[in-house]
Amino acid sequence: MSRTAGGEIIHFDNVGLRYGTDREVLSDLSFTLFGGKFYFLTGASGAGKTSLLKLLYLAQRPSRGIIRMFGKDAITMPRSALPTLRRRIGVVFQDFRLVQHLSAFDNVALPLRVAGFAEREIAGPVSDILEWVGLADKRESRPASLSGGEQQRVAIARAVIGRPDMLVADEPTGNVDPDMAVKLLRLFELLNRQGTTVVVATHDVHLLRKVPESLIMRLDRGRLSDPTGALRYPPRRMVPGEGA
Amino acid sequence: MSAPSTRGITRGLRLFAGAEAQLVPQARLSGPMPWVIAIMVALTAIALAAGLALGNTVTAATAEIEGGVTVQLVEPRLEVRDAQARRAADTLTRLPGVLSTRLVPQDEVDGLIEPWLGSGIETATGSAIPIPALIDVRLRGAADREQVTRIERALAAVAPSARVDAQANWLRPVFDAIVSLQWLAIALMALLTVALTAAVLLAVRSALGVNRDTIEIVHLLGGTDTQIARVFQRSIGFDAAGGGTVGLALAMLVILGLGRRFAGLGAGMVDNGALVWTDWLLLALVPLLATVLAMVTARFTVMHALRKML
Repeated sequence: MSRTAGGEIIHFDNVGLRYGTDREVLSDLSFTLFGGKFYFLTGASGAGKTSLLKLLYLAQRPSRGIIRMFGKDAITMPRSALPTLRRRIGVVFQDFRLVQHLSAFDNVALPLRVAGFAEREIAGPVSDILEWVGLADKRESRPASLSGGEQQRVAIARAVIGRPDMLVADEPTGNVDPDMAVKLLRLFELLNRQGTTVVVATHDVHLLRKVPESLIMRLDRGRLSDPTGALRYPPRRMVPGEGA
Repeated sequence: MSAPSTRGITRGLRLFAGAEAQLVPQARLSGPMPWVIAIMVALTAIALAAGLALGNTVTAATAEIEGGVTVQLVEPRLEVRDAQARRAADTLTRLPGVLSTRLVPQDEVDGLIEPWLGSGIETATGSAIPIPALIDVRLRGAADREQVTRIERALAAVAPSARVDAQANWLRPVFDAIVSLQWLAIALMALLTVALTAAVLLAVRSALGVNRDTIEIVHLLGGTDTQIARVFQRSIGFDAAGGGTVGLALAMLVILGLGRRFAGLGAGMVDNGALVWTDWLLLALVPLLATVLAMVTARFTVMHALRKML
């Protein structure tokens, strides 16, 4: 079980984000994510899901507000402290963002190499996870020669290989068939049961019902819909039609 | 560069450098950089060799003529000239601070003027053109103004027709010109250093732009600026080492070729400019220094650029 299980790992207080001088794409976000929980982030296209995830995986600083991550102030912390924090977060990007000149194996191994693991410690786990996502026979393939679904599975394998404290996934099942989608969700649940906090952005409402213990965060035009205060206070389950 | 060779370099790099070496494709980083570095190193080495050769020329010539004084006895009457020359040589031999004196034989004097006046002129008899008698004097120290005055005073009584010249004075304009050329060589090296730095800076910036996506991903996976900088630094280091070696080899060919040509001239002053082993050692350091410079430039450029990213 992760040491973050049960405790607060992410806290947003009155956070806003704007790109350049445009209007805010995220406004007045205040919520807390707890360790070991499974969160779905929903909302229509353009609601700001990806922007919120960017704040979560430290690809973006907010325009205002306070963000605390793993007990540290993510706004004022120096750049040099970011890598340590980022290594605790696994990310599945919507557009996969695989390194095109690396093989599937090397893409999955990347987080471990960046973290300084020796090659002998890398080969086994990477091979295992590739086998798990059904890509054992594609380990030497470059992303360009993989289908969209295969690339997505490589991206997911890369995100989870380092057993992160928090997994952030942006539409992770968007390009896979229903069977694989369920299989991937099971992987996320498995990680979640081992203590990893999971945040999955999706607009697929059917997916929400497949993880009964999950908590729902709904974004609507950059604002978090949290009428019951479940995200501010001890969270409880909210599914469409049950409270939100 | 073809894909297989890129993989080869990448695998090779991993042996030395660990996994981050393959984060950025080597071919994208290199491009023409090794050849640019080869040219820079070749030009720098040639400029350095020229500077060192000129320095050796000045040093050797200075050592040779620093204590040299020439006494000319300008007397049209042969007997008087010969008598004054002998007395002057005697006086100079006894003078404190004088290492040696040599009355230049008449046939040697004739030989000196032969290129201008031709042979068969009876200078010795004074029937044609009166040529001064020459005494070559070597002093223990430098032939400064004070020493020359002392010699003039000593000769005034025994050889009134004597004219005393420090040999260094004749060649001072030549030395000054050589020193100017040395400064030119230094300036060229400085310019080439700046050009090399600029070339590396531009190449790294370009590589950063091309690999921006990869760098962002590595950042988001927890990669540090130092890890990313090391990739570029190492890649440029390999380019610079390879290019530098080629550049030095080219420079050596040019230097040895020119050396052979100058040696063929048989001119004493030029012969003194031959490079010694310490000079060759300095030349061998050029690619090494270029590699260090390129790596440091790459590191600073990358670190500076990455600071602007989150």
